[in-house]
Amino acid sequence: MSGFGPDFVPAPVAQLPWRIILLVICIGGFGLLVLYSAAGGSLRPWALPQAVRFAAFIAMAMIMSRVPERWWSMGAFPMYALLVVMLFGVELLGAVRGGSQRWLDLGFIRLQPSELMKPTIVLALARFYDVLPTGEIRRFSAIWPACILIGLPAAFVMLQPDLGTALMICMSGVTVMFLAGIPLRLFVGGALAAAVAIPLAVNFILHDYQRNRVLTFLHPEDDPLGTGYHISQSKIAIGSGGIFGKGFLNGTQSHLDYLPEGHTDFALATMMEEWGLLGGVFLIVAFLLLIRWGINVGVRAQTKFARLTAAGLATTIFFYMAINMAMVMGLAPVVGIPLPLVSFGGSAQMTTLICVGILMSIDRQNRHSTRW
Amino acid sequence: MNQGPRLVTEAAQSFSFSRRAMVLGGGQALVGLLLAGRMTWLAVFENEHYRLLAESNRINLTLTPPRRGWIVDRNGAPIANNRTDFRVDIIPDRLEDDDRVLAQLRQLLSLDDEDIERIRTDLDRNAGFQPVQVAENLNWEQFAAVGVRQPNLPGVAPARGFARNYPLGEAVGHLVGYVGSASREQYLEEKDPLLITPGFKLGKDGLEKSLEDRLRGTPGAKRVEVTARGKLVRELATRPDRPGQTVKLTIDSGLQEYTARRMADNSGSAVVLDVETGDVLSFVSMPAYDPNSFSDGISQTEWKMLSDNDHVPLMNKILQGLYPPGSTVKPMHALALLRNGVSPEQTVHCGGVLQVGNGRFHCHKRGGHGAVNMNTAIAQSCDIYFFQMARELGYDKFAPTVRELGLGQTFELPFPSQRYGTVPDSAWKRRKYDTDWTVADSINASIGQGYVLANPMQLAVMAARIAGGRQVVPRLLLDEPHSPAPPLDIPQEYLDIIRHGMWSVVNGGGTGGWNSRMQVPGIEIAGKTGTAQVRRITAAERATGVLRDSQLPFRLRDHSLFVCYAPADKPKYAAAVVLEHHGHVNPITDAKIIARDVMTYFFDRRKAVRTLLELEPSWGGDYRTRRAAEEAAFRAAQAAPPPPVPEDAAAAADDVVSNAANANNRPAGNVAGSPRETPE
Repeated sequence: MSGFGPDFVPAPVAQLPWRIILLVICIGGFGLLVLYSAAGGSLRPWALPQAVRFAAFIAMAMIMSRVPERWWSMGAFPMYALLVVMLFGVELLGAVRGGSQRWLDLGFIRLQPSELMKPTIVLALARFYDVLPTGEIRRFSAIWPACILIGLPAAFVMLQPDLGTALMICMSGVTVMFLAGIPLRLFVGGALAAAVAIPLAVNFILHDYQRNRVLTFLHPEDDPLGTGYHISQSKIAIGSGGIFGKGFLNGTQSHLDYLPEGHTDFALATMMEEWGLLGGVFLIVAFLLLIRWGINVGVRAQTKFARLTAAGLATTIFFYMAINMAMVMGLAPVVGIPLPLVSFGGSAQMTTLICVGILMSIDRQNRHSTRW
Repeated sequence: MNQGPRLVTEAAQSFSFSRRAMVLGGGQALVGLLLAGRMTWLAVFENEHYRLLAESNRINLTLTPPRRGWIVDRNGAPIANNRTDFRVDIIPDRLEDDDRVLAQLRQLLSLDDEDIERIRTDLDRNAGFQPVQVAENLNWEQFAAVGVRQPNLPGVAPARGFARNYPLGEAVGHLVGYVGSASREQYLEEKDPLLITPGFKLGKDGLEKSLEDRLRGTPGAKRVEVTARGKLVRELATRPDRPGQTVKLTIDSGLQEYTARRMADNSGSAVVLDVETGDVLSFVSMPAYDPNSFSDGISQTEWKMLSDNDHVPLMNKILQGLYPPGSTVKPMHALALLRNGVSPEQTVHCGGVLQVGNGRFHCHKRGGHGAVNMNTAIAQSCDIYFFQMARELGYDKFAPTVRELGLGQTFELPFPSQRYGTVPDSAWKRRKYDTDWTVADSINASIGQGYVLANPMQLAVMAARIAGGRQVVPRLLLDEPHSPAPPLDIPQEYLDIIRHGMWSVVNGGGTGGWNSRMQVPGIEIAGKTGTAQVRRITAAERATGVLRDSQLPFRLRDHSLFVCYAPADKPKYAAAVVLEHHGHVNPITDAKIIARDVMTYFFDRRKAVRTLLELEPSWGGDYRTRRAAEEAAFRAAQAAPPPPVPEDAAAAADDVVSNAANANNRPAGNVAGSPRETPE
């Protein structure tokens, strides 16, 4: 499935995995159409800046694909440490200024460390298991450092408070641990524990209003003015689209402002109102192809670091997509995870394409080693 | 593969990774399938449901209030109709920055402090769904001025609609009632979105209320596409409204207006009935409110004027006013005597006073009438004759006849409430007070005082039944099916005797006096005067000379009543005129003269109108002129702004009315101490 360039084409450009780049452009381009429609058939204010950023990040990903794998390996811990410090800084700044804050203003860019932490946690854990002696993997020493690596940033992000991102960091991290070969019984036991603990936590630890917010997605009609309204309207948009949709630029839910956040978190609903079930299935298939490619890159990889990184990053993209779609369709609480490459906004776009860039870099390494 | 401690090699780990990656990929594919399944569920199986929801989001059904059905008189002349109206409302939900918006509206529509105050009060009360009226009856310039600025005035809704119009104004106030915006309770009860549509009014009182179902009509509708913020995108379809039915009344609007004007500045009521059919030709309670201004949303000044007025303009005196009928019941009582075997020629000696036990009952004529037979007793309204008869027979012998002629009855009239008064007898008193009926009770009741209470409609029915000899019931809706009333179970000779008595009152030198005679050649009126005392005359006062009504404050003066029919020889019309606290102080505004002119209207309209136009300046002009003058004077006297109008004006009006009614009807002494009757 990966984009093998024909062996006889020597130019570096021809070595780029064009099939994957095309797939990413397909998803991103479709996203631009959605943003164009969400603005009532206008490039502004969303489609145009999104397109410019998209082009820039694609270029960035292509450049990243030329970076040797060991650079990622070497950079993983420093990058992780820097982001943890920045997360702490954001927290501190928020405390000083009063109120919550998620980004650091570096002057030329607003950096959201929690967003960058999503791929970085994968890199850091992959690096950790890379350096861990092979025999140690079934020992406790393979587990507690990883838990700290995951827990520290997750805790900071939780404090912001950004439940969705914290959840993603944890889930990506746990996925890497799973792939690294931590004994299966721990995951089975953990899953069982969670199955017991989560309902208990929801019932006894959360405040009433927190519980209501989390559980609103189960009965969105009971909360017609809060997030329940978002979910109800989103389901109306998706459901009323039918199989073939109402047609490009013909969505009423989005154009008449009934669907809130139709260009960001709820872009899927905007899209499916106009493109119907076909559009939705197209997006799911496209994402699954991209993710399958990423996992295959891992399977083919030569080093432990590369294997874990590739599969872990592919899973990060998967979590983006799955959590967003589940939330938009009323299967999960509204936690503020955007649909990658479709929702308006630079952070998620950048994170996704960083993942794709690193995946392409590992893919390139694989092919080189195959050839050698 | 993970059981038991074993050597973990690099190769084994790579193999383990591949297997776990496959598991992971499989899991992800499963989740993908689940998401696709959810999409399919929503978009295919629930499609119908969500499509409807999306449509109901997108499409807003705006109702256009139906034109209200007309109320017309028996000849088709409008009593209530509709006129085009430019209006401006505020939808409280959409209002932002009310201070700025109100300031701008105030300037554009030249509203005064009082209007702004009312709007603020309404805004506080109606928060949410119900539109608050800013102004009605705007001219085109004002309307357009608001229209062009509408984008800067969020929540302000100018609209073109229809407003209720009552050409006769105050004269039909208590007949038709008035219309107004639905109250919160009404909306919550009916749940009809029409009720909160700007410009929609429903009947609040009188006929407008009781005929609501027929008058309302079916609203028109406009389907428009709107955004979530309620901004109109485009119109999709419109359906015109279906106006309500026209309701034809038995009222003669010319007579109605004439009667209202002829009531002068009295606090009172007049009812005119057709003797054969019971048709209510005139239904006047004065003073009244102007239904036009009530329907527009009444101002605080108007409200205060109406509720403070000792002439109780808020009370429908015809059906809600209860009065001791006084001597107007004497012909009816004479009928009861005839039925009990009293010969019309039997005489009673009237010495001016009757001693019963230690009570002294006086005749209105101090010196007494001498020997009095039945005809004289009616004509001269001799109290002693009836005292004596009641003392001998007991009032229980009178009561059945009294009830048969309409007192104590309610009639099938389209009004929300009627007070039906009392026809007392011993059983009633036992029930009500648990005491025995006394001779004094009979004596008081015999001249329509004591416990006896009736409303003016009942008195008119009494007159009509005596005049026609039929059990007529009043009828107000002309299109209602009706059959001729069955005859009363009273021998014709009895009726002739009574009618002759009533003829004598006016034409035979009786208490009617010369000036209550009909001034149309060949037509004679037959009637009966009545004076109902509302205070007790003490023995001490009687000794020093009974105070004249003109010496008394308004509230203590006697009521003046007159029942009559015409023509005397072939009765066609019957009437009752009841004036509160008139006290006979001004002959030209007294009940019998009003009744005379109202009857004249049927037989010589020009003469009747000429009389009215001659007399009218003496009481300050017609009701419109007088009301305008009163309002100006009231505003001038009122330094501080009056308190806000109560939320439910109709209910508040009921309070005012029942207070007034209770004050009025306090029975004047049912112990010794006699009512008087004062012929001029």
